[in-house]
Amino acid sequence: MKKKIITRADFVAKIPNGASILVGGFMNIGTAESIIDEMLKTDVKDLTIICNDAGLPGVGVGKLIDAGKVKKLIASHIGLNPIAGQKMTSGEMEVELIPQGTLAERIRIGGAGLGGFLTPTGIGTIVQEGKQILEVDGRNYILEKPLKADFAFLLGHVVDKKGNVVYSKTTRNFNPLMATAAECVVVEARKVVEIGDIDPDHIITPHIFVDYIVEDEKI
Amino acid sequence: MNAKELIARRVAKELKDGDVVNLGIGLPTMVANYVEPGIDITFQSENGMLGLGPAPDKEHEDWDLTNAGGKPVTMTIGGVFFDSSTSFGIIRGGHVDATVLGSLQVDEEGNIANWIIPGKMVPGMGGAMDLLVGAKKVIVAMQHTSNGEPKILKKCTLPFTAVKEVNMIVTELGVMEVTPEGVVLTEVAPGVTPEDVQAATEATLIISKNLKEMEI
Repeated sequence: MKKKIITRADFVAKIPNGASILVGGFMNIGTAESIIDEMLKTDVKDLTIICNDAGLPGVGVGKLIDAGKVKKLIASHIGLNPIAGQKMTSGEMEVELIPQGTLAERIRIGGAGLGGFLTPTGIGTIVQEGKQILEVDGRNYILEKPLKADFAFLLGHVVDKKGNVVYSKTTRNFNPLMATAAECVVVEARKVVEIGDIDPDHIITPHIFVDYIVEDEKI
Repeated sequence: MNAKELIARRVAKELKDGDVVNLGIGLPTMVANYVEPGIDITFQSENGMLGLGPAPDKEHEDWDLTNAGGKPVTMTIGGVFFDSSTSFGIIRGGHVDATVLGSLQVDEEGNIANWIIPGKMVPGMGGAMDLLVGAKKVIVAMQHTSNGEPKILKKCTLPFTAVKEVNMIVTELGVMEVTPEGVVLTEVAPGVTPEDVQAATEATLIISKNLKEMEI
């Protein structure tokens, strides 16, 4: 069996300039922050970050934005990070805003092998610009396409050595969706346990989606 | 009673026993404080839970248990956590009975603009576009004017968050329902006349035949 446990430094060395990364978490709750901290030690840049929000200045993905490593941010909300707003206005960072439910579903279908989905969200707003509108049974929907990335960063509460993941409370949010939609998936594990220690009925992310596990030494 | 409390108290009366409700951040969050005992509401939070409870004391804060503003909350007995896709399936799928949101502008057709001021402020829409489209009832809870300028307009001038989705507007001056005919003033706050409300409103108000004083 392939050993999935890796040091943070060895994992981060795999990330090239220009990589696209799905980062789990909602206002940093559920974000694999130790991997982000490790990235700050490297020269990696021109990243495309896909995350629910821009975090806060100095917190979560906000750290990557502060450090000027993010070329493009795809998110639903950046209002609580004024630095992200400034970098967008100055043109230093491109920002694409997507309704939160659409963002979640685009990632889900990206991992599920589907070519798109039809949503009523955003009809009649600037969200529909440049997109195909389809009428089904008298109602208009926007065709939204799948969203995938090179990497995904998850925060797991309990992870077994095979890569099965259990999340804690509202830290779950985007993590299980992002687990399915990237070429290379890493989970920051608060606690690593032996294979078989987690009740199979309680596992949220099946091990086949997880490529690497890093242990969070802070916990 | 200040304006925000008045608005929150009145909106709370709209929530019915058994409803699933999503409250926006800010003034709408206050609505939960005024739900009458015996009325059982399940609060949904779009970051992934049903059974949102009040904020804990400082010493009981759990940073794994937060609301859509990223702040610690509690969970009521029987609550449940889920991922963001399930959360927005609940929202878009018509499983939320009512949502309460703040706004920058609302207009006569029930259009709403609350996510962007081009060139000035671009916070993003977050979950608002999905909530507006998916919730069975959309209640806008906001102060009637902003720096003296009307917020209830003939036509929104800012980019829409959703089209024709607002059902009710509650402000410190009164309660309005958005109908195919236009905005109907159904209640006025104590000491406020329909003329006062119209003076602070750009949209032409239709005064309900059953106009009454706001219940708070």
